[in-house]
Amino acid sequence: MARSTSKDAQDLFRALWSAYSATPTNLKIIDLYVMYAVFTALIQVVYMAMVGSFPFNSFLSGVLSCVGTAVLAVCLRIQVNKENKEFKDLAPERAFADFVLCNLVLHLVIMNFLVG
Amino acid sequence: MALLSITFFVTIVFDECINTSDDGTFYFDEKLVGGHEHQGSISTTSSVVRGVFAFAAVTSGKINLPGDKILGLAKFFLGIGIPGDAKDLFNQIESLALLESNRQVVFQEQHIVVKISIPLILSLPASVYSLSNKDQLKVRVNTVLGSAAPPLTVKLVRAFSTVAKDSAVIQNKDLKYDQNSGHHVLDVLPDKVDVGIYVFVFEMVLHDADGEKVYATGGQIHVPIYVTGIVKVSNAEIAVLDNDLGSIETQKTLDLAGNDIVSLSANHLQKFRFSFQLTTPRGHAFMPHQAFLKLKHETKYEHIFVVGNAGKKFEIVLDFLGLVEKFYYLSGRYDIELTVGDAVMENSFLRPLGHLELDLPEAPTSKAPRLPPLAVDPYTRYGPKAEITHLFRTPEKRPPTQLSLIFLSLTLLPLIGFLVGLLRLGVNLRNFPSSAAPATYAILFHLGIAAVLVLYVLFWLKLDLFTTLKTTALLGVFLLFVGHRILSHLATASAKLKSA
Repeated sequence: MARSTSKDAQDLFRALWSAYSATPTNLKIIDLYVMYAVFTALIQVVYMAMVGSFPFNSFLSGVLSCVGTAVLAVCLRIQVNKENKEFKDLAPERAFADFVLCNLVLHLVIMNFLVG
Repeated sequence: MALLSITFFVTIVFDECINTSDDGTFYFDEKLVGGHEHQGSISTTSSVVRGVFAFAAVTSGKINLPGDKILGLAKFFLGIGIPGDAKDLFNQIESLALLESNRQVVFQEQHIVVKISIPLILSLPASVYSLSNKDQLKVRVNTVLGSAAPPLTVKLVRAFSTVAKDSAVIQNKDLKYDQNSGHHVLDVLPDKVDVGIYVFVFEMVLHDADGEKVYATGGQIHVPIYVTGIVKVSNAEIAVLDNDLGSIETQKTLDLAGNDIVSLSANHLQKFRFSFQLTTPRGHAFMPHQAFLKLKHETKYEHIFVVGNAGKKFEIVLDFLGLVEKFYYLSGRYDIELTVGDAVMENSFLRPLGHLELDLPEAPTSKAPRLPPLAVDPYTRYGPKAEITHLFRTPEKRPPTQLSLIFLSLTLLPLIGFLVGLLRLGVNLRNFPSSAAPATYAILFHLGIAAVLVLYVLFWLKLDLFTTLKTTALLGVFLLFVGHRILSHLATASAKLKSA
């Protein structure tokens, strides 16, 4: 039975992977960007766990910038995804412009918090 | 008649309006005389003296003024010292000058009649006589301003000690007159005179019988005399006794004239006994004014005890059992000092006797004795205090630099992973507009974003929020305009592609 479960797990994984390959490239780029942001946040958390949280606001600003940009990227993905019926009328360029603007505002705030 | 009544008036003035004090001086006070200006007793008395002498100058016959009153006036003027006021000084010297000389002499039927007597003053150059120096008792007799007295003999009627007023140690001795110095001298004090405070009673006897009318001598004059001498301290014994039995544990004799000291030890169950004897030069027992024993601990706490006496022997017994609390339970080394002093003792001393190692029980913690504060040296009280070094808040522990740098590089790894992934996905710039205007906008769009990010880096490095916000606003406006252009161009291009 164990062998079948592991084989099942492998089959499941392969099925997921082939289904994912079907997504359009721009969505894959956004996914990659999200993964990048999350990994950066994780590394920062591990560092804080190792050395303590003395300049706490630096830790917060680092982690929150990663998380914030990941969230904005997810929003962009939702708006750009053609299969998403709610945002059919929204042009992807408009979503991208929102994404850029929000990121700039986020990073301004993060920089201010990092400094102060 | 008028002269007689004035004479009568003068005697009444002197009888009724004169003040006396205990030391035999006579003076007039302003309360009785009255007058327009405020007159002190010096000016009042000198006014009276001036008036009396002026009156005597114009009258004939004797004025019945008793000699002791004249002497009292003289003593008053001599006894006030040097007045601070120039007017008072003048009054004093003028009155003394009037009392000094014998101007009021009238020859009447071959007899000298003096209207006002001349006071004679008896004084002693020193009132302290030392038995060890074998001083001589010297007495001077002069008029008020120091002129020579007529020939007379000073008699020492009697001398008695202040403690034994009834018995006289000297009686009826005549003093010899020394021509060279002008003093009357008593050469040798008899052996009965020991150290102490005495009162000598003198009397002046004039050689000339008529002199009694001319001079006022004042009868018997009492003079306090201090007779000092060396007091012998002997038979000093220090002992440490066991408490109940009274048996002697250590006993040492001490020569208090020399410099030797003793070293003793005792515990709280024992007693300390110290005794000595004091003898006067004539061999009698001596009671000094002060006889104290002081025990001083190494921590500078001291305790003083009075040494009592029984007859000739002075003895003090310290029972340490009762003194444990008084000594604040402080064990250790105590320095012992003895002090014996008196005004008539020429060799009063403060002598360290030695040390006592005292072993006292521990202080009970429930009732810990609060030691009183020691006397502070007044010169150090307001001196500079100890310097306080401020301890700043210790900075937080920071991780080692290498670790931080390692994690910095680790943080950049996901970025590399992202770029690699982008390449693997086949990212290209095919949709980049080729025609001029859109291309410019595209480039400007990208440059605008890069500029904002660079601005943020500058903000982190050195700018403040306000300049950053200002610049961000400007760049943002620019970026909005450019971005709108390029993105709308892209949107129309893709819409055209979709429709086509």
